[in-house]
Amino acid sequence: MVTAGKRNWLPISKPTRPTGKERQQTMIESLFFYVLSGVLVLSALMVISAQNPVHAVLFLILAFFNAAGLFVLLGAEFLAMILVIVYVGAVAVLFLFVVMMLDINFAELRRGMGRYLPLSGLVGTVMLVEFFWIFSKWTSDTAAVAPHMRHAPLEVSNTHALGQVLYTHYAYIFQLSGLILLVAMIGAITLTLRHRPNVRRQEVSRQVDRHPKDVLRVEKINSGEGVS
Amino acid sequence: MSVFLDRVARGFLMTELVKGFALTLKYMFKPKVTINYPFEKGPLSPRFRGEHALRRYPNGEERCIACKLCEAVCPAQAITIEAAVRDDGSRRTTRYDIDMTKCIYCGLCQEACPVDAIVEGPNFEFATETRAELYYNKDKLLANGDRWEAQLAANIEADAPYR
Amino acid sequence: MLENIAFLQSDFFTGYIQPVLVITGYVLLLVVPLILAMAYLTYAERKVLAAMQLRQGPMMVGPFGLLQPLADGLKLLGKETIIPSGANRVIFVIAPMLTFMLALVAWAVIPVNAGWVLADINVGVLYLFAISSLGVYGILMAGWASNSRYAFLGGLRSAAQMVSYEVSIGLVLVCVLLTTGSLNLTDIVMAERDWWVDLLLFPMFIVFVISALAETNRAPFDLPEGESELVGGYNVEYSSMTFALFFLGEYMNMILMSGMTAVLFLGGWLPPFGIEALAVVPGVIWFILKVCFVLFVFLWARATLPRYRYDQLMRLGWKVFLPLTLIWVVIMAGVLVYAEALPNMAGG
Repeated sequence: MVTAGKRNWLPISKPTRPTGKERQQTMIESLFFYVLSGVLVLSALMVISAQNPVHAVLFLILAFFNAAGLFVLLGAEFLAMILVIVYVGAVAVLFLFVVMMLDINFAELRRGMGRYLPLSGLVGTVMLVEFFWIFSKWTSDTAAVAPHMRHAPLEVSNTHALGQVLYTHYAYIFQLSGLILLVAMIGAITLTLRHRPNVRRQEVSRQVDRHPKDVLRVEKINSGEGVS
Repeated sequence: MSVFLDRVARGFLMTELVKGFALTLKYMFKPKVTINYPFEKGPLSPRFRGEHALRRYPNGEERCIACKLCEAVCPAQAITIEAAVRDDGSRRTTRYDIDMTKCIYCGLCQEACPVDAIVEGPNFEFATETRAELYYNKDKLLANGDRWEAQLAANIEADAPYR
Repeated sequence: MLENIAFLQSDFFTGYIQPVLVITGYVLLLVVPLILAMAYLTYAERKVLAAMQLRQGPMMVGPFGLLQPLADGLKLLGKETIIPSGANRVIFVIAPMLTFMLALVAWAVIPVNAGWVLADINVGVLYLFAISSLGVYGILMAGWASNSRYAFLGGLRSAAQMVSYEVSIGLVLVCVLLTTGSLNLTDIVMAERDWWVDLLLFPMFIVFVISALAETNRAPFDLPEGESELVGGYNVEYSSMTFALFFLGEYMNMILMSGMTAVLFLGGWLPPFGIEALAVVPGVIWFILKVCFVLFVFLWARATLPRYRYDQLMRLGWKVFLPLTLIWVVIMAGVLVYAEALPNMAGG
């Protein structure tokens, strides 16, 4: 229901086609939907159940990919591409990077299983019950939400539509999130930046600035005399 | 200040990079120094020491008199000679083997030879597929001599003034 | 004759089979020349490198060695595919396929002439960027699955390198998009820029070409396969077709990056410098010539420049290109707003 409300946000630029083909079009679309979401759910399951963490990350990437495919089906190609670029192209690479360098002993991992199972099972069950409870009560008042929803004009691409909304109605929030990211970045840098005084570093500018005239001296040496 | 400006300008205009690229581009249009080997070959000196050959006199008589000087001088001991008196009473080899896998191509055998019988010719393309093919016997060496005689004679003549 | 067959008239055929056949035909029309181009890029590389080093290059197979790529391909096909016993078999085999596939898939959005494009999507630039950012997975997976130190180090190097240079490539793309106002590659080619905007974009062109070199792991940034220290890097353990796929994927990526450069900066299929008289030559020819030019620059750089050291590579990416491109985005946006030269945003 909520997602249904959200869907209207994204201009669904379905090109007009002859009505005879309409049925086939929707059939292919639903076929793609089921394939993509099926693979998505399966790979998401594999992420949490895979023994090998590297496999888990690779399944996570597959899940991202299928999610991007679903976005494309919704007509939100901008979001799909951004999802692939940001999550698959950058975040998951770093995940993979770190996970690959881990040296994991699986026997060690499974040893604590029995001890932690009751507690983690309890927490998990509580969460699950809470979710069920919330979602069963969750209805969205379409009339109340409607004034906040704007249909993107269909003649612009959804990149434009997103931009128009993001830089007008949500400009402050957008800037704020940018600021938060900046603060996080500065925080990460300050946490990891260490000045080590005894390290010799290459100073490219100094190397480039060195001119042969300043450091080289060409002398004519007579044999048997040497340089003074 | 002008030095600083100069350096900054060099850095941003990447003059060094451009110079390097210009150099390689210039070289691209220069004549090539390599040759298209199996079809083109480089020049060889008349003294080039390649594959061995046993020469004959113009009348077809083999030159080798089985003096075994080459066998004696060979530092790699690659040459094996057995000799006997031929029916006409002349001393000839019955066996003249060169193990080409042992040979170091020093050329001492042709230096030692009093009758210019064993020589190292200009052929250097005698790779074989089996080792056994590199154990040359008298027939093979004589055949080599017949095959390369023209060049061998020319080479010896060209080198003669310096001996 | 053919019309009489009921199957050809059926809904199923016209609705499903026919479009699939047509699309497959288009794809083949794009992929076959691409694979040929890829094969001959290897030949061109050997010839150009040879010429710049005063050598002759391949001469034996066919006239001027023109059949050399064919011979190389056959040789690789005839070899045995070796999978190391310690390797993670599935990932080991998937990695080269992924690399090759991604390099081909990206071509779907590249317009080689007016309207000659498989998928004229609205977010073409983002699609290209996304696909090229995925290229790192093939290498990373290969490096990890090989279970070899050399391969692993090569994979790690490559991952760090590609992620670093993607950042500057992204910002360069933003600069280009500022001048075109569209993410569609056809629109980008057709966008009319003033000469001073082109001049403003020129530094970004240089940055893009250099970043493309790093992104495709080409010399002077070919550290992932640095022979002298990594004996070949991420593809040490690969042989036969699996190796060939990596090899071809690398060259495919080169062509792709050249295609991107041609579309983004060199005006795609349009005649150079806007000379109308040259428009008699078909657009595809211009596109191909432009791609060839950029490819030549790739090879030229390999013949000219020695390999970067790893810390220098990272320094260049993060401390030179990133600030430069960031500042340039701001400058370009400012100048374009001041001169009121921003493309009409309302258009779409």
